[in-house]
Amino acid sequence: MSATAPVLDVRDLRVWYGSARGAVRAVDGVSLQIRAGEVLGLVGESGCGKSTLGRGVMGLLPDGSAVDGQVLFQDTDLLKVSDRQLRRMRGPDIALIFQEPMTRLNPLMRIEDHFSESITAHEPKLGKAEVRRRSLEALGGMGIPPTRFRNYPHEFSGGMRQRIMIALALVLRPKLVIADEPTTALDVLVEAQILSILADLKRNFDTALLLITHNLGIVAEACDRVAVMYAGRIAEEGDARTVFSQPAHPYTRELLRSVISLNTTGLHYIPGAPPSLIDPPAACKFHPRCPDAMRVCAQLAPVEQRLSAGQRVECWLHGPSDRIPEGGREPLEQGRIAVAEEA
Amino acid sequence: MAYADALLEVEDLQVHFPLRGSFGARLVGKDVGAVQAVDGVSFSVARGEVLGIVGESGSGKTTLGRALLRLVDPTGGSIRLEGEDVLGLREREVRAMRRKVQMVFQDPHASLNPAMTIETAVGHPLRIHGITRDRADIRRRVSAVLERVGLSPPDQYLSKYPSDLSGGQKQRAVLARAVILSPSLLVADEPVSMLDMSVRAKILELMLGLKSDLDLTYVYITHDLATAKFFCDRVAIMYLGRIVEIGATEEIFANPRHPYTQSLLRAIPDPDPSRTIPRDLPRGEVPDAAEPPLGCRFHPRCPKAFAPCGWEARDLHDMLEQRWAAGGQELFEAERLQLGDLAGLDQPGSRATVPSATGTGADVVTLLDHIREDDSRERIWHGIESITPRPGGAVIEFHPGHDPVLRPEGGAQVACHLYDPELADALDEAPPA
Repeated sequence: MSATAPVLDVRDLRVWYGSARGAVRAVDGVSLQIRAGEVLGLVGESGCGKSTLGRGVMGLLPDGSAVDGQVLFQDTDLLKVSDRQLRRMRGPDIALIFQEPMTRLNPLMRIEDHFSESITAHEPKLGKAEVRRRSLEALGGMGIPPTRFRNYPHEFSGGMRQRIMIALALVLRPKLVIADEPTTALDVLVEAQILSILADLKRNFDTALLLITHNLGIVAEACDRVAVMYAGRIAEEGDARTVFSQPAHPYTRELLRSVISLNTTGLHYIPGAPPSLIDPPAACKFHPRCPDAMRVCAQLAPVEQRLSAGQRVECWLHGPSDRIPEGGREPLEQGRIAVAEEA
Repeated sequence: MAYADALLEVEDLQVHFPLRGSFGARLVGKDVGAVQAVDGVSFSVARGEVLGIVGESGSGKTTLGRALLRLVDPTGGSIRLEGEDVLGLREREVRAMRRKVQMVFQDPHASLNPAMTIETAVGHPLRIHGITRDRADIRRRVSAVLERVGLSPPDQYLSKYPSDLSGGQKQRAVLARAVILSPSLLVADEPVSMLDMSVRAKILELMLGLKSDLDLTYVYITHDLATAKFFCDRVAIMYLGRIVEIGATEEIFANPRHPYTQSLLRAIPDPDPSRTIPRDLPRGEVPDAAEPPLGCRFHPRCPKAFAPCGWEARDLHDMLEQRWAAGGQELFEAERLQLGDLAGLDQPGSRATVPSATGTGADVVTLLDHIREDDSRERIWHGIESITPRPGGAVIEFHPGHDPVLRPEGGAQVACHLYDPELADALDEAPPA
């Protein structure tokens, strides 16, 4: 990890959606940084705002949403640039890899045309032979044989299509790649193939990667750092190994315990469901489900703390003590959560 | 493998879906083949047992589960439920059989009719099977089963619609509907895959509770080895329509024997950061079940494949394409130009002709020798017996392949030539020069 300036610097990003029942605060004040050659994993349950965060960074939010804060990409604020400028940056600067490879390729276009369209849109002066050379190089890196360059998307399997999507995202050598659940629709062996491709990517091209996933195993496998999101905010962020071995936030700890892995001998789960983002609980949004909740957790929003182990965490368990009111450390009396209150 | 107390016995079950083919092919009645979704599967499930059917997409596990309820009609083999032949039943009798066997599907959002209240949906089986039509009785029974699956107090849920419930709650309602007839067997097809990780554990816990309360037997179909390990007494690993390994859960997970099982177990990303995925995993993906590979169906991807595994022309084509994908454009153009049309390699067969662009077979032999020197660890060379120059190209003879069958090995059964004492001798042989 170099000490250079971050490729992506998100500062206090907020994203709201309008809905019939009120404003949905999908991202509610998130700050994070990614440096070149670094993989940041963004994890959380469904509905915690992780996909919205990825789209907010790319400027791909739907109509009826509002954004506030700063998204600095190499000192350019992506929230301030024009649509035209942003379109020019998508591809050579920032690329996005989606979850469903089946639906993201044009069924009427050959693979060759997908590549030439995307390359010539950004480098119109490039000759045909050079376009072909670059495309084949990117495809070869993903293990797609050159003999299939002129095939249509339906002639490929799901894993191959996802590799074509990745090749297409990488052919312009972007500095930042945002991958939103890139392996969720794939089988475990193909998933492992894609994960090793992503690992090579940062090693060979110094690409910065934001990997959005709900699978904690993938984060442990592929990420340098991890940010755990809950109800639109980052509960904990830090070195992936540190966060996974010594989780500081009760949510991270409970989430890790509820994963069913090959070492699971007993079932564990977090009671209750993630809160509504229209009308979230006051103060710490996790306090109604938190086994360690204190009185202060229902009174005041937690303050971001940096721990000696290196991670930053928003939880009153880690202070600051001088901000906790008298008697605030007493355990909170919680209402009983019904068994079926769940996501 | 018959148990004294087997609830379900499946023998050589086969589900083939015929392909439609072109208009011309249909006109002349030509056989265009079939997708061999399930191809000769045998197992039995004892009363009170949880059998896991584990496989990737395309392994035929879902088709197998559906065939157990006759939701698809098998093309061969037999299924016996409590000794009764399920495949011989007439339409009317099938319905009666389904009182004993119920199914839970993967997607809880699609399993409930959006226009039915929970009371109507969960009570529907009672009406369909003519158990009761008395409203008060239905409500009483539905309330009791909702309570049992954790949707309590039931009064709160009876009049709700599926859209009012979360994913986990819907799956609870689906489970309630499945157990309201007190079936003896529940086929659960990926019941927790669509749910958030913090909810999965709850639903699995519920299923374990239902099993002990209601004396259920489960066939648990999944792609997720971790939940299978926790949940099942025995597991069967499926690949491309066949069971490659079956045995007690502890045995399979402690000593996986089939190279496919071994690869699957090593490929699971684990939240423990000290464990990493190895890089020598099988390449490629599950092949087309309409034209499965010859011999062992896993051999083209197998890191341990050797001579008798069923090497054939298509494997040679795949190997060339992989080489060209990895080697870059110059290598591809240089080598491709020396060869003629490779379409002939796409037919299954243990003898193939690689045409030469120059017309001289010796050129192809030289090229193939060069490729072998480049990567002699490639498994396909174990399966090639001879390469002979002929006018126009090189003729390649592959080692004759064998279909592996399940044979007992340790505490499990495995279908792999590595464990066949007669064939395993060939393993020590170096690939012929």
